[in-house]
Amino acid sequence: MAASDHDSPTATAPLLSIRDLHVEFETDSGSVPAVRGVDLRIGAGETVALVGESGCGKSVTALAVMRLMTGRVAGGSIHFEGKDLARLPETEMRHVRGAQIGMIFQEPMTSLNPVFKIGQQIEEVLVLHQRLTPAAAQAQALDLLRRVGIPSPAERAEQYPHELSGGMKQRVMIAIAIACRPKLLIADEPTTALDVTIQAQIMDLLKSLKDELGMAVLLITHDLGVVAHFAERVDVMYAGKIVEHGSVRDIFKRPAHPYTRALLGGLPDATTVGHRLEAIPGRVPSPALLPPGCAFCARCKHAFEPCEPEQPPAFEIAGPHVAACWLHDPALKHAPR
Amino acid sequence: MSNAAPAAERLAPAETPFQQVWRAFRKDRLAVAGLYVLAALVVLALVGKLLTEWWVVFDPTTVRLPDKLRPPFSAPSAELLSAQRPTWGIYPFGTDELGRNVFARMLQGSFISLSVGIVAVSISLIIGVSLGGIAGFYGQRKWGPFSVDGLIMRFTDVVLCFPTFFLILTVVALLPPSIYNIMIVIGMTSWMSTARFVRAEFLSLRERDFVTAAHALGLPEWRIIFRHMVPNAMAPVLVSASIDVAYAILTESALSFLGFGVRPPFATWGNILADGRSYIFDAPWLFAIPGTAILIVVLAFNLVGEGLRDAMNPKLRKRAG
Repeated sequence: MAASDHDSPTATAPLLSIRDLHVEFETDSGSVPAVRGVDLRIGAGETVALVGESGCGKSVTALAVMRLMTGRVAGGSIHFEGKDLARLPETEMRHVRGAQIGMIFQEPMTSLNPVFKIGQQIEEVLVLHQRLTPAAAQAQALDLLRRVGIPSPAERAEQYPHELSGGMKQRVMIAIAIACRPKLLIADEPTTALDVTIQAQIMDLLKSLKDELGMAVLLITHDLGVVAHFAERVDVMYAGKIVEHGSVRDIFKRPAHPYTRALLGGLPDATTVGHRLEAIPGRVPSPALLPPGCAFCARCKHAFEPCEPEQPPAFEIAGPHVAACWLHDPALKHAPR
Repeated sequence: MSNAAPAAERLAPAETPFQQVWRAFRKDRLAVAGLYVLAALVVLALVGKLLTEWWVVFDPTTVRLPDKLRPPFSAPSAELLSAQRPTWGIYPFGTDELGRNVFARMLQGSFISLSVGIVAVSISLIIGVSLGGIAGFYGQRKWGPFSVDGLIMRFTDVVLCFPTFFLILTVVALLPPSIYNIMIVIGMTSWMSTARFVRAEFLSLRERDFVTAAHALGLPEWRIIFRHMVPNAMAPVLVSASIDVAYAILTESALSFLGFGVRPPFATWGNILADGRSYIFDAPWLFAIPGTAILIVVLAFNLVGEGLRDAMNPKLRKRAG
């Protein structure tokens, strides 16, 4: 986790590089940290999954990249193609949103404006960011609808959102998000609200579009099955921090952080037939009442002396595979592995 | 259309929101009757403007002293000059104390009443939607020690506290008498409920996913407010607007009745009524005709407004259907 390679945008610099991001929400009882020093990098054309339980700060991290959350960026930087999005003026930020970073949301049922036709909503972005004429935008919108696999696009373009099913709406949302050929697509739990057969279709569509357009994808999910099939690298997030980072292979074959292991233990597979699935005891600590040390400490069955008082830094396991857990501190040889 | 898409894909009814509202609205017979009356009134007002001012068929200004206070459907007396004789050779609504044709005056007044109602409500809608939208959208922003929402809504409360009619009377007394001043003053004193409606709608719309999605697409804020949020907030506003038109027409009539409105000899329903009050026993048609006309129009606007309200409320719609 060398810091120096974030500073200058060179040819090898990642497309998106989040460094030590802190996000706080102001409440009546003081400011509550939702994201506490997240480091995240996405290279061009790469798919990175951000995994964690509800409320761990993964959606807030995504919204912070788009600068759409109600919270406040309290520290850190978000470099996208050399620009720090956390400090970009609002007018310039508008040209990044939609044009260079597309986003799709969890709830396709409510993410489209109910009073406009599907076609109009796609054309709007094209006219705004690409300065297309209305006629050209219309043609392009039909083309986009075809690309996201919507049958009889000319007819669908004339329909209102309430006339489409959830899967269709998510396809339309994807069409809008990729309309301006963004370099990065943020997919915030894109399949959570859909039923299982549609989920697979949507993920396949995202995958083929990603390859076709060469987009990078930041996939936010709590569905580890989706991660295994779709992502190249994984960041596991817990209580506002990244606790483990590695390739999909590292995370699934050699999970290093007890939290990641516990998450994977909660997944059913062929070997667990007939056994109880493992659940993680306790619950996610409230962001307002975080312990001084490792936030997972109270639920961790491997917790030992340094866990409670001190925050573990990110220890290298092997190459890019890192885990923020005292178990992997090379200095603590006595650590109970 | 239908043969292009397989039937199985049509999960939702292919009906626009407008069609749904219209279908529910049509079931309300009173509201439909009100709508017919309003359509007739629009035609009447345009024809009235045309036939009394541009191509004078019915002259509202001709004074015929021998024929004063004739009852409805009476014929003019023989001594009139041919130029003074009313069209159709009859006074359909009688004559007033100067022998002017009340039918012609009512025609002329219908345009004024309708245009006052529509222009005043348009002004109040523009003010109300803008202020309510800003308060709802930028509510959390601070301006000094106050929030934008607090400032705008407390200002709204202050304006709401004024006895509106007396405020209008005062302003109209200070300004030169003109129909445009009346329209503007009525508009500027009736936007408060619209502002409250729009603010309330915006507070809930702001948190909706499609608004976040619109932000995520990089749309400018004014576009999100006026193109994406305002159309979604219009349902309750349209309902109150149709009832506000009735209120504006009543206010104009009341002002004209009190002599603060449109100056004679220009006729409005209010000043025909005002002129008629001195002859209430000798010539009852002079107050009955404009009074009934105001009643019908106000009733029609109210019925349409209530019909729209029920049609746009999905809970009521289900029960009715």
